[in-house]
Order: sequence, then structure tokens, then C-alpha cells
Amino acid sequence: MLAKRIIPCLDVRDGRVVKGINFEGLRDAGSILEQARFYNGEMADELVFLDISASLESRRTTLEEVLKVSGEVFIPLTVGGGISSVERARDAFLHGADKVSVNTAAVSEPELISRIAERFGSQAVVVAVDVKKVDGRYVVHTHSGKKPTEYEAIEWAHKVQELGAGEILLTSMDRDGTQEGYDNEILKMISTTVHIPVIASGGAGNLEHLYKGFTDGHADAALAASIFHFRQHSIREAKEYLRERGIPVRL
Amino acid sequence: MVFIADYGAGNLRSVHKAFEYLGIEAVVSDKASEMSRYEKVLIPGVGAFGPAMEALNRQGFGEALKEHIDKGRSVLGICLGMQLFLSESEEMGAHEGLDILPGKVLRFTSSTDKIPQIGWNSVDYCKDSVLFRNIPDQSYFYFVHTYYCVPEEPESVAATTFFAGKNFCSAIEKNGIFAVQFHPEKSSEAGLQVLKNFAEF
Repeated sequence: MLAKRIIPCLDVRDGRVVKGINFEGLRDAGSILEQARFYNGEMADELVFLDISASLESRRTTLEEVLKVSGEVFIPLTVGGGISSVERARDAFLHGADKVSVNTAAVSEPELISRIAERFGSQAVVVAVDVKKVDGRYVVHTHSGKKPTEYEAIEWAHKVQELGAGEILLTSMDRDGTQEGYDNEILKMISTTVHIPVIASGGAGNLEHLYKGFTDGHADAALAASIFHFRQHSIREAKEYLRERGIPVRL
Repeated sequence: MVFIADYGAGNLRSVHKAFEYLGIEAVVSDKASEMSRYEKVLIPGVGAFGPAMEALNRQGFGEALKEHIDKGRSVLGICLGMQLFLSESEEMGAHEGLDILPGKVLRFTSSTDKIPQIGWNSVDYCKDSVLFRNIPDQSYFYFVHTYYCVPEEPESVAATTFFAGKNFCSAIEKNGIFAVQFHPEKSSEAGLQVLKNFAEF
């Protein structure tokens, strides 16, 4: 049976993993390679590297690190952050990424999704959709949730699917960082109406939240950062919890 | 030494890296004429069936592969590489395959499951096989595919996997012809062991 995936998301900068601790800013949490080894050993199903570097040069350093990861961690690797052209996507693939995640660039230039998909296959394109509830409507936002767009979430999800996205990474900006659980309402609305997998993101604070994301939210995969980073729970522990409750997982 | 056929079908790099990590020598080559120097050949694959067959034949890999198999040497097809071994595929119109194994490639249909299948699924063994040596039955492997193989000879099926309401053939093993629908190079420890088993048997 196809397993539900658990995906840790690592924020990276200059080739290092960074974590925000109690809103005190970012702290170095070791090299990308060290963290990747650790999560692979814990049975992470994939890894997402979200590059929050501001400069091209530090993004390059990150890609050099991803290349090292791809030489010894053999699970799917996704690189996001700054994928604004086919060339940037190609660069990520050449450095061992199996998928790229596009967000802001996809909204300002939707054809980019098709161009990457045509060249590298739909399986290599994850479209990150950041949503925020505005007057009862789920509105797609860009620039880390700062800028509202003209798109309503469900409409945009269907559009990216038609353009050739292979998966949708759905983040609730209202829940992100709150540890209150995923927004299962919008998750379900999108996951049950598109035919591509939907990855839940934003708000997971405990193991029950992961479970609810799969049951109430109908997610195909769950992405989480803080509950794994701070070693609140291990991935193995999360998977055991899910398996006991009838969710198929790889263990 | 493993010969990895480069016919422009992506994912060569990760397969090559997996062998490097395992300490097994492998070469990536787009020259079909060099294939005869190797005992083991690997046909990777990401992409569509029609264009892949065209590229294989244009570069002479189709012929070279048949000669390779006639000599009793072994080959491993991965994902699309597996599908290319069969007689025909219905991917975007009917296409002829290499016809090394009689059978068809069909599209998944399902009202409940999302197509393509993306993610980790378990593999159930149908017989003792070289590929799955030292790997527990029902281990998980990483799949990404819309089409699946239906070989005519049931005895060639090494393993099946449940998806879209059916147990489809996820691995084939017959007289040195090996094929897997999943990506061993992306399936962590279990996947690496499959590549090791192929290279070392």
C-alpha cells in the first residue's frame, strides 16, 4: 500500500541549516549534510531544503552542499527558494536535486511551471502554494506570505496542476509557526479535488496534527519543521504513532 | 563494472552516484558500441515511452542490448527502462517496445487513487530472486509512474505492489533480465542493496 510520507523541511542559508528559536532569530544548526544524514537514518521519506539566502553566491554554496548530500543520502531531495527560471531549476538538478519547489516565480510567471515540467518532467516540479484567509476566502500569497495575489487557493491549485505541476506543497500562512495544527479545511478542499499529491505544511505542533492532516485533511504527505528540529519527536516515533492508528507509513 | 546507457533519459547521475557510494565501478556512456565490453548493463529512465524508444534505437542501444542478452549477459531496467523491455506500450498512442519480454505497458486508472503513483510503496515477493537478496519482504521502495507492466509470462514476475486497486508487477527477473518499476537509487538502504545485488551476483 502506498505510504503517507513524512518530510522534514530544512531552512538553509549559505550551505548551513538554520533554525529560528523562540523568535530570537536564526541559529546555526549544523551542515546540510549532517542534518540530511540524521534524518535519513530516522526514516525521513524525502528532504526539502528551503534556501532563505539573500544572495546568488550563498545559494551557490547551498547547492554545493546539496551535491554532497546527493552522493550519500539516497532519498528524493527537493530544493526550493529562488527557483525563478529554468536555468536555476537546471542548476539545482545538476547539483543532485530530484525536484524543485517554485512559489513566487510561479505566480508572476505561471508558464515557468510548464517549461520546467516539459524539460525535466512533472515529477520534478513541486509548486508551493502559500494561503492566508482574507475575509473568509483563501487567498494565495507570495514573498513568504507578505504579498496577496489575485488568486483564490482552489482556482490556483487547479491551474498549477494543468500547467504541469507534479505535486502541491500547501502552506497555511495563518498556521505556520503556531503549532496549532494544519488547516485541514483548505487542505481537504484542495487534496480531494486535484489528482496530484498534496503535501500539508504549516502548523504541525504534535503527532496528532500529523494524523489529522492525513485523515481530516486528506494529505498525501506531511511536511514539518519545528517538531522534528527541536527533537520534540523523532520521525520514527511519529511514524510509529501513525501506524498504530492505521495510517500506512514506511518503517 | 556496470555500463549505464545514456540515451538522454535523465536520472543517470543519481544511479551513477549510488554505485560510486557502494564502491562499485560504473560508467555512463552514450556509445552503444562500448556495451559489449561489459557484463552488466543498466537502462535507466525518466520520461515518455515513445521518445525514449526512438532515442534508444537512434543511438543503436536497442540492437546492442539484444546482442548483449543473446550472449547470456545481464541487464537491469529501472522505471521507464523496465517498461521499454516489453512488447508495447499504450502511452500516448501505441508504441512498440524492445520486446525482450512479451507483454504490455498499461496506464493506471482509478477513481480513488491519485495517478501518477508518487511515493513509497511496499514490494511483495513472488519468488526467490537475486535482486531482493538480503532485503526483507514487503520493504518499501520509491515509485513515480503513471504506467505499469503486464508481462505475459507470470513466472517472470519477481514481485508485485498494490496500487489503484490491483497488484501490479513491480519487479521482473528472468534469465539475467532484471527490471524494477521503482527507483532503487532513491529508495535508501533497500534500494542500494538492489543495485549491489545486481552488480555483484
